[in-house]
Amino acid sequence: MSLESRSARQWLISLPSLSWLAVFFVIPAILVIITAFRPADLQGGVGPGWTLATLREVQDPAYLPILWRTLWLSGATTVVCLALALPVAFQMARAGQRMRQVLLLLVVIPFLSNFLIRIFAWKSLLHPEGPLTKLLIGLHLIPENAVLLNHVGTVLLVLVYTQLPFAILPLYAAAEKFDFGLLDAARDLGAGPWRAFSKVFVPGVRRGIVSAAVMVFVCCLGQYVIPQLVGGTSDEMLGNKIAQRVFSDRNLPHASALAGGLMLAVLVPMLVIVLWQQIGRKEAE
Amino acid sequence: MKRSWLPAVITCGVILFLFAPLGVLVVNSFNASRFGGEWEGFTWNWYEKLWSAGEVWESLWITLKIAVSASLAAMVLGTLAAYALHRFRSWLQNVHHMLITLPLVMPDILMGMSLLALFVLTGVETGLLTIWIAHVTFCLSFVTMVVLGRLQDFDFTLMDAARDLGATQAKAVKKVLVPLLLPGVLAGGLLAFTLSIDDYVITFFVSGPGTTTLPLRVASMMKTSRSLPMINALSTLLIASTFLVAVCSSRLQRRL
Repeated sequence: MSLESRSARQWLISLPSLSWLAVFFVIPAILVIITAFRPADLQGGVGPGWTLATLREVQDPAYLPILWRTLWLSGATTVVCLALALPVAFQMARAGQRMRQVLLLLVVIPFLSNFLIRIFAWKSLLHPEGPLTKLLIGLHLIPENAVLLNHVGTVLLVLVYTQLPFAILPLYAAAEKFDFGLLDAARDLGAGPWRAFSKVFVPGVRRGIVSAAVMVFVCCLGQYVIPQLVGGTSDEMLGNKIAQRVFSDRNLPHASALAGGLMLAVLVPMLVIVLWQQIGRKEAE
Repeated sequence: MKRSWLPAVITCGVILFLFAPLGVLVVNSFNASRFGGEWEGFTWNWYEKLWSAGEVWESLWITLKIAVSASLAAMVLGTLAAYALHRFRSWLQNVHHMLITLPLVMPDILMGMSLLALFVLTGVETGLLTIWIAHVTFCLSFVTMVVLGRLQDFDFTLMDAARDLGATQAKAVKKVLVPLLLPGVLAGGLLAFTLSIDDYVITFFVSGPGTTTLPLRVASMMKTSRSLPMINALSTLLIASTFLVAVCSSRLQRRL
């Protein structure tokens, strides 16, 4: 096959998905950033001309505690998810073929179940009349009038619940490729189980850890449904503010400024990681 | 050598943690008690109420229409994308790969927000079409990843063999590549289908009047306490169908 026809074929095959993503992913992302510099109109659209007023508005110090809460909740969720997912991935990778399939299915089913339903499940579980509250009161573990819902801890709990499969799956993919003979070697040389796990297994799956951490952290940064449904009014995250600006205030430029900031905060580290992995791959070759 | 039992215990704990809330939903869907704090006897009542809630079935119909058409489109686009990514090594494919990967890590709210900005600025009325576009966009990357995984196991010398034996390129694609890739494409399509049915956040941003999909309907039902037990019944049915789809999909991926 000649070089030209190969290149023509490459373009032909790549063009459908490339153009779809260009029109419905790249251009919209750029539009969000542009909209931040446009004035708002009363119908929820954008007015004519350009302005820097929105950028000054989003520097409101009232956003600082929300930004801080978004960051620490995302960070805490990432740490808890990794701490739980590492032993699970370890166990799954060591299990036999059949057990592995079953465990994988058990992790995937909650992940594929409807997102809202999973939050609803926690809402009814933690409801003042719900089974968990009654059980804990019955065991005298919490006071009679304790409220489990509408608390920042509840937000963290449900965040961990919804993000856990996102941590387990990439870690399992990495653990599956890990050579468990190394672990036995470490044990033979006298390392205890914990030392072998932390000094041999954990470094061995570090790429999986990086992708799991990025997945969970980034997904958390944009959350707004969980704080809205199980959190109190003082537990809002950045996503809640974006949604409120769009749907309550109908102020698209203001929402775009917030979303644009979040987008840069997500995409810049992502690009760094992609480049870092490409360099790593080149060195490996 | 004695293996530590700690990972096994944590794994059991995590699986219990993942399923306990779902289990409570399922049990409560048969519970005569409205709030589900205590067991007050078995009932089909909530299922009967759900059966006669016409608006829920209307939403299900809208959801299915979108999910089927969006996953079909994503299957076509994603399979082509995966083929290109696998066959060619060039700067174009590096860009292509980056564009396919980024939507996977883009928070839903940002995807919804940016598509909304696109539709508002270009004056496109939000509705069925805009939801379909949004769903194809986020499903595309997932389908590509699943098919790409399958292509990496595909032995391309089979294609050369078919050509050597006199098949045209088109015929080799049709008779060799497509049948061997089909399980991967179907698995990707199933994943797209479940993601589309499940999506709430992105759909919420780009939906219009008269396009209340099932997740949007569930969200509005959650606001009225009268319909809460009905959500338990609906959830049970949805979890059961997710279970079926997941089992089918894992069978599909195991074959070959």
